[in-house]
Order: sequence, then structure tokens, then C-alpha cells
Amino acid sequence: MAKMTLEELRALRDSKRQDLARRDVEGKEIQIIVGMGTCGIAAGAKLTFDAIVEAVQRHGLEDKVVIRQTGCMGLCYVEPTVEVVMPGMPTVIYGKMTQDIADKFVRKHLVEHSLLDNHIFDRPAADIIKK
Amino acid sequence: MAYKNFILVCGGTGCESSRSDEIYRNLLAEAEAQGVKSDVQIVKTGCFGFCEKGPIVKVLPSESFYVEVKPEDAKEIIAEQVVKGREVKRLLYRKEQKTQDSAKVEDIEFYQKQFRIVLRNCGVINPENIEEYIARDGYRALERVLFEMTPEQVIAEIKASGLRGRGGAGFPTGIKWETARKAVSDVKYIVCNADEGDPGAYMDRSTIEGDPHSVLEAMIIAGKAIGANMGYVYIRAEYPLAIERLKTAIAQAKEMGLMGKNILNSGFDFDVEIRLGAGAFVCGEETALLKSIEGNRGMPVPKPPFPAEKGLWGKPTVINNVETLANVPVILTKGAAWFASMGTEKSKGTKVFALTGKINNSGLIEVPMGTTLREIIFDIGGGIKGGKKFKGVQTGGPSGGIIVEKDLDTPISYESLVALGSMMGSGGMIVMDEDDCVVDVSKFYMAFCVDESCGKCSPCRIGTKQMYNLLDKISKGNGEMKDLENLEKIGKAMTKASLCMLGGSAANPTLSTIRHFRDEYIEHIVDHKCRAGKCKDLVVYSIDAEKCIGCGLCARKCPVPCITGEKKKPHVIDASRCIKCGECFKACKFGAVVKS
Repeated sequence: MAKMTLEELRALRDSKRQDLARRDVEGKEIQIIVGMGTCGIAAGAKLTFDAIVEAVQRHGLEDKVVIRQTGCMGLCYVEPTVEVVMPGMPTVIYGKMTQDIADKFVRKHLVEHSLLDNHIFDRPAADIIKK
Repeated sequence: MAYKNFILVCGGTGCESSRSDEIYRNLLAEAEAQGVKSDVQIVKTGCFGFCEKGPIVKVLPSESFYVEVKPEDAKEIIAEQVVKGREVKRLLYRKEQKTQDSAKVEDIEFYQKQFRIVLRNCGVINPENIEEYIARDGYRALERVLFEMTPEQVIAEIKASGLRGRGGAGFPTGIKWETARKAVSDVKYIVCNADEGDPGAYMDRSTIEGDPHSVLEAMIIAGKAIGANMGYVYIRAEYPLAIERLKTAIAQAKEMGLMGKNILNSGFDFDVEIRLGAGAFVCGEETALLKSIEGNRGMPVPKPPFPAEKGLWGKPTVINNVETLANVPVILTKGAAWFASMGTEKSKGTKVFALTGKINNSGLIEVPMGTTLREIIFDIGGGIKGGKKFKGVQTGGPSGGIIVEKDLDTPISYESLVALGSMMGSGGMIVMDEDDCVVDVSKFYMAFCVDESCGKCSPCRIGTKQMYNLLDKISKGNGEMKDLENLEKIGKAMTKASLCMLGGSAANPTLSTIRHFRDEYIEHIVDHKCRAGKCKDLVVYSIDAEKCIGCGLCARKCPVPCITGEKKKPHVIDASRCIKCGECFKACKFGAVVKS
């Protein structure tokens, strides 16, 4: 992108804000967000990320799913952490998501629309941007 | 098949011990009995952190938050919430005043024990995508600063917010900026101190990894405020991921015209470059850091003159820590008054801590100033691992001190921690339990300071080594009572006479442990005993002949080997050859190996 003016920056912010609120990118309505700070990566987040990509393909969901990365969610004791945002399901954060769980996660949460036992954790703080 | 409701039952240790498992099973049985099994999924989760009010049950998507739930309540939860779609008001979390029901998690004060300003985007946005940062009010503060405010107004706003340096010393940021603004010079600099070196601290690394633009935006703002056009981020080379993300962020900001020449057509230029540090602890000290950027050996110089007057290459320089900078954009978008409404009288806003050590929920937390250590360790951190007894918490790393049980209810502020003989430091918080030995811990921190002392001033260079020798002597059982006095004497001299705060605070861990755990030091000196079993030279392993069944497992594990004995007969440890590795102690299934 070329250099922006003030107006362009504001316009970009507004349009991206809506994107982020809808959490949908080019018709892909399911977002999987993997915590990839050093803590997550040390606990195997890269392997988890790859395993989720594979699992999503295996279940034929690649047209619907966007897999993104983010920084440390603060739950370093249960890394790797994965957040899922999708319509019809509450937004949840899963912890201890090692690569071997990726397939079960995709099958249960994305296909069968049910939550994974023993892996749910809570976002540790309220969001100040919303307020 | 799609579920309409999800019931989350906390399966953390705290809730489990107050029968959350029974609640889980009852809920399953009730869902089946009331014929709604296909409408609701019942799930066990990890710790919600609110162990004080456990067991916790949360229902989605209504976000009903139930506390102190009993197994008998399962029937009502299913009947009301799942069948009829109504909340069970009786079980909802209520605020102390009992005035209103709080259904939503965000309303619950407990979850405001953590409040994220610095970490606002960490774990939310993709740090390698500038658009996501922009979407969450990113570069909004920069707009205001460039087009709506004068530099004086910016500085006044930062001053009014009460923001103080988060690197540990707590110098008011606004005053630092004002000094640099007033200094007359053709060139000025902004430096971001990302040389995070305390053992166990990783707040700054995570902030840069999770939200690099917040730091860059603040540097540009600071540049505009003081009249600088160049900024440096001094970051240690051991943080490859943070460096990579920072580089990506700088490239994206430049490409979009948010950095570089003529930012957003405002006529203001600002560039940022990265300087890698080689990992010397002393380079976190601001004057040593500036020397290192200049290409010289990283050694502190006496202050004054302060860097704000005479810093990098002799020019006025504002040097701020990562976390300090990350606060700046939020202050300028939400206002100084909003920021100043949080915290204590003199310490405003929040502080990020890296919670590590013998704690259940280790992690990165951000709490308003004034939160107590007890809330951090027992509510947010979930208490001590394995139900052991809390011994102390080290704040401020090798520059801080130990804080013990009786002081846990002190609200955290720069002043209160100093009054307790510790310091805020950059925010490392290492929790210790009864298995940690204070002599061993002090020795560890002193060894760190010996290694990291730059050697320029003698109080630090000689003092740390002498103190280390005395601690080593005590830990080996050769200590004398006069060593304690000497430790205190040398420590006080170092505190007063050292050139920089590395030496000036190096004695803190030792002095504070002597103050709080003098009896343990005396035990090491007089009784030659280490109650935690950490000081190897004071520990003797032996085998209880009555308990030993002669399985030989210890002998096989022994690396020396110094354990002998016939099969099915009691074994014996040859104490003269034992290296005290503890493998036999760990291996024995019958408790026959005794540590004393």
C-alpha cells in the first residue's frame, strides 16, 4: 500500500474495525486464532498451527476457515492456546492444544458444533477497546 | 445436531476439591432425565481463576456466571436455564453490596482484578498485520498528536495521567519528556529500552511480540512531543521473535506512511531503527544502554547530567521502557483522567507482571496498581503448586527483595514495595514455596550480579564478589555468625556507594532474606542444616534399614555409584562418595531413602 493521508487512515480504520467485529474475511466465517508468542511456540504452537491447517483440509473446511496467529494471551501455563470464533458457537479459548488434539478439535468444534472437554479456559481480563 | 446451550463446569484443582466433579455428573444425569440431552453440552474446563467463589459454573451463550454451586443445584440449572431459558438468579455472582445481579463476566470485579491496557492487543490481534492494530484504535493517538494537539499539550496530558517509568524506578514520564523538550539542541533522540534482563521476566518481550505497533506509535508520539526525528529500539538479541515482529512492524508502518518522512502529510518526520544488545544485564541501565548504542562498551556513567539533557551522542534523549511506551497511545485516546482514575495516589494505571515460580497459573498478567500481592498470587495465580506452603515472592528480580506472607496484603505501588525492602522492578514475580532455601536463592542472585557487574566501580565489582563468597561459605556449612554482620555491612555500603542501580540494588535479595529469614541463615551457620534441602553440602542421604526392601532401584539410579547392598537386603549409601544428586531419594518407592 502506498503512503496514506489522514483521511485514508481513518477510512481504513473504520472498514477494518467492521471486519474485525464481524470477524469475517472474504466470506470465511470461522476464525481460529493461535497464540504464537515465545511461550506458545516453545510449547509447540507452530506444530499445533500446522496440525490444525491439515485437519481443516482433511475435513474439507478450508473455504470457511481462516487461521491466524496472535501474541501471548497471558495463559502461559496452558500453552499452546487457541481461540475459535464462529457463528452459532460461543467464542472460546482452548488451552493445552498440543498437535495431537488438533484433529479432534476440528472435528468436534467445527464439524459437530460441540465443545472440547477439559481444554476450555477464559480470557483473563475484560477488553478495554470495546468500552 | 447443534447444541443450544453450553454449560461449562470448572475442573480446576480448587473447584474439583469442592465437588465440581459431582456437579458435572449431576448436570449430565439431569440433562438426560429432563430430556434435553441434545440441547445442551456439558463441558469441564480449566481454572477460571476465581477459586475463592468456586465451584464455578458458566452457561453460554447467555454468559450466566454461577458461583458456589452445589451438586444439588444441577437439577434447577437444567430445569430453569436449559428447559425454560431463565437464569437461576439465586446462584448468580453478586457484588459485595448485594444490590444487583451480575450475569456478565465483564461486570464481575474479580475479572477486573486484571485490566489490560498495555496488553490490550496481546492475544487479540495478529501482530504481523498493521491493519488489525489500526482497527483497534491503533495510530488514533498519533492522529491527535499530529493534527489536534501541540507538543506542550501532549506532555501536559502525559503528566496529568501520572504515568511513571515501568522499567522499575518509576520516574514520571511526563517530566522526563518535558525536560527533553526544554533542552535546546538541533538533534534529539527517543530510545526504547527493550533490554529486559531480569531472570524470570518476560513482559516486554511479550508486549513486543504481541503488539509491536503500540510501542512504535508511542515512540513517534514521544518524538513529536520533544522534537526528535530519530528513535532507537534497544533490544536483546536473545529475543529473535520479538525482533522479527518489530522489523515487520517498522516496514509496514513505513510503507503506509505512518513512519518515515512527512507522516500522514503532517510535515513531521520520524524514523525508528533497531539496535541489538548482546545480553549484558547492565545495558538495561539507561546510561550504559546509550553507551552501547553509541558503539562503546556498555558501562554506566554518573548522573547528572540525565539523558534527557545529555544522552545519546551528547544530545537530549528520552529513554523509556517498552511497557511505559505501550501505555502512551491509550492515555492519549482515552484521556489522562481515565488513566489516572486507576491505581493508587502516586502510582497510576496498571502494571504487567510475569508470574512464575511455584505457582499454579503462571503467566502474563496485568493488574491495576494497588492490587495486593495476595490477590495476584492466590486469586489470579491460583495459589502454590502442589498445595505447598507459600514462603515468599521475589519482585524486581536480582534488584528486588523477598516479600513474605505477613506483607502480602500491601497494595502494590512503587513506594510500598520499596518500603518492604523490595522494588517494583520491571515486573518479574517469582513465587517460592517451602522447598526453596533463602540462602540458595540469595546466592543465585548474587552470582548473577557478580557475572553481570561491569566492573567500573569498586563497590559493585568487589562487593558482589565478597558477598557471594560469604553466601557460598554459609551454604557449604562453613559460615560464622560474623559473616551475617559482614553481609549486611557490605550490602549497605554497596547500596550507598555504587555508581548505578545494578550495584545499588544488588544486595537487596540478600539483605531482605536476612531480615525476614535470619533464623534460616543461623540454622545454616550453627546447626549446619538446610531445612529446604537445597544446599547440597548440608544434606546427607541415608537409607532407613527397616523400610528398605532391597529392590536395588536406588543403586541402579545412582550415577556414582555409591550405593551397595545385596538383593532383598537393606542397602547402604557411602556418604563419603555421595554427590548428593538426590536421584535415589526420588527413585525410592518405599520412602526408605532419608534426606537430613
